[in-house]
Amino acid sequence: MAHFIDRRLNSKGKSTVNRQRFLRRYKKQIKGSVADAIGQRSVTDVDSGESITIPKRDVSEPVFHTGKGGVRDMVHPGNDQFTRGDRIERPEDNEGGGGSGQGDASDQGEGQDEFSFQISKDEYLDLLFDDLELPNLKKTQYNKVVQYETYRAGYQTDGNPANLDIVRSLKGSVARRIALTAGKKRAIKEAQQKIAAFKADTHEHPIEIAALELEIEALQQRIKRVPFIDTFDLRFKNYDKRPIPTSKAVMFCLMDVSGSMDQATKEVAKRFYILLYLFLTRNYKDVDVVYIRHHTQAKEVDEQEFFYSQETGGTIVSSALKLMDQIVQERYDSQEWNIYAAQASDGDNWADDSPTCGELLRKALLPYTRYYAYIEITTRSHQSLWREYESVAQSNGNFAMKHIQDPQDIFPIFRELFKKEQAKQTEG
Amino acid sequence: MPLDNVTPKPSPQQAPEGMLSDGPDWTFDLLSQYEKEIDRVAKLYKLDIYPNQIEIITAEQMMDAYASIGMPINYTHWSFGKKFISTEQGYRRGQMGLAYEIVINSDPCISYLMEENTITMQALVMAHACYGHNSFFKGNYLFKTWTDASSIIDYLVFAKKYIADCEEKYGIEDVESVLDSCHALMNYGVDRYKRPSKISMAEERARQTQRAEYLQSQINDLWRTLPKEHTEKKVKEVRFPSEPQENILYFIEKNAPLLEPWQRELVRIVRKVSQYFYPQKQTQVMNEGWACFWHYHILNHLYDEGKVSDSFIMEFLHSHTSVVSQPEYNSPYYSGINPYALGFAMFMDIKRMCTEPTEEDYEHMPDIAGKDWLETVHFAMQNFKDESFISQFLSPKVMRDFKLFAVHDDEQKTYIEVSAIHDEMGYRQIREKLSAQYNLSNLEPNIQVYNVDMRGDRSLTLRYVPHNKIPLGESRHEVLKHLHRLWGFDVKIEEEQTDGSVKTLARCPNEFT
Repeated sequence: MAHFIDRRLNSKGKSTVNRQRFLRRYKKQIKGSVADAIGQRSVTDVDSGESITIPKRDVSEPVFHTGKGGVRDMVHPGNDQFTRGDRIERPEDNEGGGGSGQGDASDQGEGQDEFSFQISKDEYLDLLFDDLELPNLKKTQYNKVVQYETYRAGYQTDGNPANLDIVRSLKGSVARRIALTAGKKRAIKEAQQKIAAFKADTHEHPIEIAALELEIEALQQRIKRVPFIDTFDLRFKNYDKRPIPTSKAVMFCLMDVSGSMDQATKEVAKRFYILLYLFLTRNYKDVDVVYIRHHTQAKEVDEQEFFYSQETGGTIVSSALKLMDQIVQERYDSQEWNIYAAQASDGDNWADDSPTCGELLRKALLPYTRYYAYIEITTRSHQSLWREYESVAQSNGNFAMKHIQDPQDIFPIFRELFKKEQAKQTEG
Repeated sequence: MPLDNVTPKPSPQQAPEGMLSDGPDWTFDLLSQYEKEIDRVAKLYKLDIYPNQIEIITAEQMMDAYASIGMPINYTHWSFGKKFISTEQGYRRGQMGLAYEIVINSDPCISYLMEENTITMQALVMAHACYGHNSFFKGNYLFKTWTDASSIIDYLVFAKKYIADCEEKYGIEDVESVLDSCHALMNYGVDRYKRPSKISMAEERARQTQRAEYLQSQINDLWRTLPKEHTEKKVKEVRFPSEPQENILYFIEKNAPLLEPWQRELVRIVRKVSQYFYPQKQTQVMNEGWACFWHYHILNHLYDEGKVSDSFIMEFLHSHTSVVSQPEYNSPYYSGINPYALGFAMFMDIKRMCTEPTEEDYEHMPDIAGKDWLETVHFAMQNFKDESFISQFLSPKVMRDFKLFAVHDDEQKTYIEVSAIHDEMGYRQIREKLSAQYNLSNLEPNIQVYNVDMRGDRSLTLRYVPHNKIPLGESRHEVLKHLHRLWGFDVKIEEEQTDGSVKTLARCPNEFT
């Protein structure tokens, strides 16, 4: 009689460990492949997995096998035209018409030159953001504690009746009563034994017995006077608050949508924003994104409008900075939120406006912003805004600026902006 | 799927008394009903089996099983991950289907059925794997001698744990590199002529520590090369090993001077696993042929008894026919001889020769023609491997049915030549050549441990003896690197040429000196 077992509910990922081993072993190659891919990737599917290709020779497992040549005899089925002694031109591809299905021939035959496979979104992002970190995150955790959680922290002798721990209090009461009455009970017992001894004696001892009984009486009175429960016994649950690092972040996307920003430039900016967004979601549970676009005026918009609506006009960058400051004041208390900002622009600005921007950044925005990244997407030479920002960058550690010339630069620059602190230091 | 099944659940026609439902969906209840019937019929045909343990798994679990060389449990290694990834890729893209079943040579015999199968397929698979393969594992002499069905799972549990412990102790990378090297030599971790001893997990564990210590002391002794000055013995030119060793991994395990005890144990584990699969490589045609022969007979028997419906048997025949079909040499689907087709045809023909012998059969197969067919097929299953099975039982009729022809390919010539076809003059030759085609020692390069320079640089020499002048593939350079890692000193491989001279094919390290 056979024994049936339903294994369908067993864990599926029996090979997960092996798969991870494989990924780990080829991390270098896979990372290279990921870095290549990000350049060509369409913006919308950055959130999905990635197909990885590794040269086959890197993953091969060599074994001894026979090479081409020599003398071989093969038997094939389906003879439709041959008789003994027929001579046939040797087929080009594989010697003698293939193997016997043992697979020796295919080891060197056409085969695939590349080993390609899919990695999941998570694996992809892990690789993508490997050794990157959010700048100044430590500061948030240790210095700017903004949220508290309440937790049980033992007992205290004083407190709110609602927090009274009855079991604990009664335990105290029992202990106290035992402690206070044990000696007296022992004395009573001794007295009773004496009485019994007197009574058992052949002589009468009425006086002694009476005295002892009085003594017992007194002791019993004293035992009675020990209270069942005393304020001394009461124990209250103690609650304490401890700080937890905030896990809320808001990301401001600022973009210039003036006439000089064409769709291609915006695409580049979008990719950068998506990378930033993905990166933030890996570090914070909730990430709010605020889109601010500006030409001569700034406006808070939704994603669709941010990336795709067409605008023309001049450029006043400070309008966007002002709006951001205003939104922060209204909705995002910097005690509570980690504020990140990324600004993309082609570098155009009204010359008169640039010093205002610098001023706004230094005075208003940078003090509460964790990290402010400015990317300039242009192939032309830098203008007044870049120079103004350069001076800001020199005096502020949480301000970074980079120059992107074409889409291939995005990922490397992104990596540079968020490289781990240690790595940066050892390099610098 | 029939297109007219538009209604959600077409009410099946009232099945006649005793007929099993033909699904198409299966339930555990129905499975065990079928299993009971199959079991009953199998007993009529005297199939002797290990107890069956039938497990239902999903497609993804099937891929897991593929990745760990079909075993329900195996140690951790990146190459299994690679296998899994490529299987998954192939399956996702629809380039390959998954097997309907995997069966493991163990006691009890574990078979995996995929949940996607219809009841007909499940019945087919049960007859094929749980009775066909199972009885083959239990009956065939190679499996009886070389593998121990009752201990393999235990052994793999031991191996997995041991390797995991090693990883913890010595680091994943160190363990992995030793395993990589062993895998490269896995095909040379097999005793071809010497029977391995059976061993259970408990014994294995108990003996492991002891063995490690003992081995290490032996090694040190072997390499004690400090000259003893007072006994100036004359240096005899002894070769070590005294005879060439075909089991390279065994030689490494016992003699590699620099391996730690745990590394030796890893070599041993890989070697044992390789040994376990050795019979399967040699009995592909027979094993599949036998299983097909029996699923065909058992299910037809049930049909004849009226136990299964017409639609059941039609679906079964459809699957069966595609499994045992043999594409012709010029078909785009041709990839060598299909072991299912050849094996099935041969077993069917053995039965035919017994029940309806012709003149020709009496002439070519006098031992078989007209005998009791059930006894004859059991005898064939028990006492042969592919190579000998073909040379013994391949009848002219099967050769004609397959239209077999032999091609002679000599590199020296500009053409290839048809050396024999399925005619009176060619039968013997074709049988001989096809049999040789399944001779493992013709398929795998013949490489043996030839010498160790014990008094000099301790270098290890392998010797390749070419078969039919077929040269050794390029991968030898890579494999030698792995061998070098295990041996710890120089290694080289040389080829014994037809004129008796010896040519060095590769060395590691310093390839070019």
